[in-house]
Amino acid sequence: MEVLTAIKRVPETGAKIVLTEDKRDIDTSSLGFTFSPHEECAVEEGVQLVEANGGNMTALTLGEEDATEQLRSAIAMGADDGLLLPTDGGEWGPKATASAIASAVEAEKTDFDLFLFGNESADTANHQVGVRVAEHLDVPCVTGVKDLDVDGDTAVAKREIPGGAEVYEVDLPAVITVKEGLNEPRYPSMRAKMQARKASVDQVEPEPTDDGLELLELEVPETDDSPADILGESPEAADEVVDVLEELEVL
Amino acid sequence: MVLSLVEHDSGAVDDNSLEALTLARSVADDAGEALEAIAFGPEAEGVADDVGAHGVEVLNVVDHSDLDDYTPEAYARAVIQCAEETGTEAVVAPGTDRGSEILAHVAAKLDETMAAEVTDVEVGDTYELTRQRWGGTLIEHAELDADTNLLTVAPNEISTSGTGDGPADVSAFTPDLEDSDLRVRLTEVEESDVEGVPLAEARVVVSGGRGTDGDFSEIEDLADHLPNTAVGSSRAAVNEGWRPHDDQIGQTGNKIAPEIYIACGISGAVQHMVGCKGAENILAVNTDPEAAIIQKADWAVTGDLHEVLPAVSDELERRGHS
Ligand SMILES: Cc1cc2nc3c(=O)[nH]c(=O)nc-3n(C[C@H](O)[C@H](O)[C@H](O)COP(=O)(O)OP(=O)(O)OC[C@H]3O[C@@H](n4cnc5c(N)ncnc54)[C@H](O)[C@@H]3O)c2cc1C
Ligand SMILES: Nc1ncnc2c1ncn2[C@@H]1O[C@H](COP(=O)(O)O)[C@@H](O)[C@H]1O
Repeated sequence: MEVLTAIKRVPETGAKIVLTEDKRDIDTSSLGFTFSPHEECAVEEGVQLVEANGGNMTALTLGEEDATEQLRSAIAMGADDGLLLPTDGGEWGPKATASAIASAVEAEKTDFDLFLFGNESADTANHQVGVRVAEHLDVPCVTGVKDLDVDGDTAVAKREIPGGAEVYEVDLPAVITVKEGLNEPRYPSMRAKMQARKASVDQVEPEPTDDGLELLELEVPETDDSPADILGESPEAADEVVDVLEELEVL
Repeated sequence: MVLSLVEHDSGAVDDNSLEALTLARSVADDAGEALEAIAFGPEAEGVADDVGAHGVEVLNVVDHSDLDDYTPEAYARAVIQCAEETGTEAVVAPGTDRGSEILAHVAAKLDETMAAEVTDVEVGDTYELTRQRWGGTLIEHAELDADTNLLTVAPNEISTSGTGDGPADVSAFTPDLEDSDLRVRLTEVEESDVEGVPLAEARVVVSGGRGTDGDFSEIEDLADHLPNTAVGSSRAAVNEGWRPHDDQIGQTGNKIAPEIYIACGISGAVQHMVGCKGAENILAVNTDPEAAIIQKADWAVTGDLHEVLPAVSDELERRGHS
């Protein structure tokens, strides 16, 4: 079974987001990078499917050269190959990203059976790259999946709804976009991380295309940062905590 | 014309669809265009009153024997054909699982740009819009320049308002489908057997993070002392295997809106806080007075949760709440 999983490098923003001077990006000078929890589950799922059925799992990312770090994280989790579509670091919109990913897939020698995406990217949350790639490749697509079963040439994918789940059944090859909760991603061992550092990563130059949505400016929304009313420093505060609960009439 | 996609449950309009309609109406008003809606399924006609009260003139009810069950690409095909027939300047959908999925297919089939998570639009020569990034921790101002402007609306961000107009005129619409439009279909709906108060509906949520060190017993015990209360957790606690992902609150977990959120041993990362921004009040229990969550909380106890929570449960019992 040949699986391709698409991941996107994003900053780890912690407790406060700081913008660059021109307000067009997050100031990442003191931040580490990661990829979305949804995509972590996509990587884990791909690795598990290949472990169970044999084959290969390729992790792909479109981004600056440094995004190789995220491909290596995926390789440490068990991906066999990494594929980088290098950019100069500027932001690519979802339309251009999807068309570059689809072209890269078509240029590969491999016939992929399954394409795994996150339901939405952590930073820009466009909710569409997976669907667009499916349309480019003319294969079926199920989004928002939290439970996946692959049996031979079919996939049974479930999407959560209040009080239950919707069940979809599609023929492979297919695109599935997933949400965190699909599985429990593994922590790579030290040894796996060391080996991933040495793994070679292929590159395919992407062709930039037009995107139609132009970023003007980012803004950190105002939040009420007035300090909390400190009720106490120890169990003695319990009295005041219960006063608060009584006042709110939640008891 | 501006076309708004409406989801419904047996003719009762979904809240997020009403929000999308509210935004669609302001776009239509700004652009000097009429507002129409499109709805699917056997009971779609039932929404005519509600959508009319939100300013919709014509409700297009998709009438096709193959579309009684949800099938994303065929729904998208119907939206495209309905939009083309009526000359559409914008299509607006709720940013729900289905709304996002359908509109993404519409965008891909038309090779058109789509803006997701939109909260506001100003219509000029182009659309100047405001949208959310990072689950709402960051706001983006952007310019959309497209022949057909495709927008999904961020859920639970827009307050809905009616116009008081009468029911929308119902017009049946039959799309022309190809076999490939039907290749993904909803085959079954499963019911889950989870018991207890769902996180989304709880009036109180008591939640634990890495600071619990894996011991949630005091958190569960406190929740047992309170009515309509659910237990939540941070992603760190889920990653450690202490709680199931179903309990996670945040950007990639549940969004909650309780009367009070009691966050214990949680530092207050932005991706956690977007999950509880709907909470009326926040009480933090944290050993670190510098923790970000203390800035964001209304009340805080700066102590060890393993000592503070049992004392709160005891005090509740002493006052006869149990
Ligand atoms: C794209 C993306 C999506 C994410 N989505 C989510 C999400 O949906 N939900 C989520 O929660 N996180 C999410 N995260 C992770 C998030 O950034 C944080 O890593 C996470 O929320 C930290 O969890 P925590 O507060 O439990 O742990 P920590 O940050 O380690 O904080 C532990 C806290 O416990 C306190 N503490 C320690 N001991 C005690 C004690 N005995 N009593 C009281 N307090 C104590 C400490 O002072 C500290 O403040 C996401 C991250 C990314 C990049
Ligand atoms: N630059 C990128 N490189 C690789 N995959 C991406 C990229 N951008 C988006 N994706 C994939 O597409 C999914 C949906 O992204 P989006 O449409 O931006 O919400 C993500 O979760 C990733 O799996």
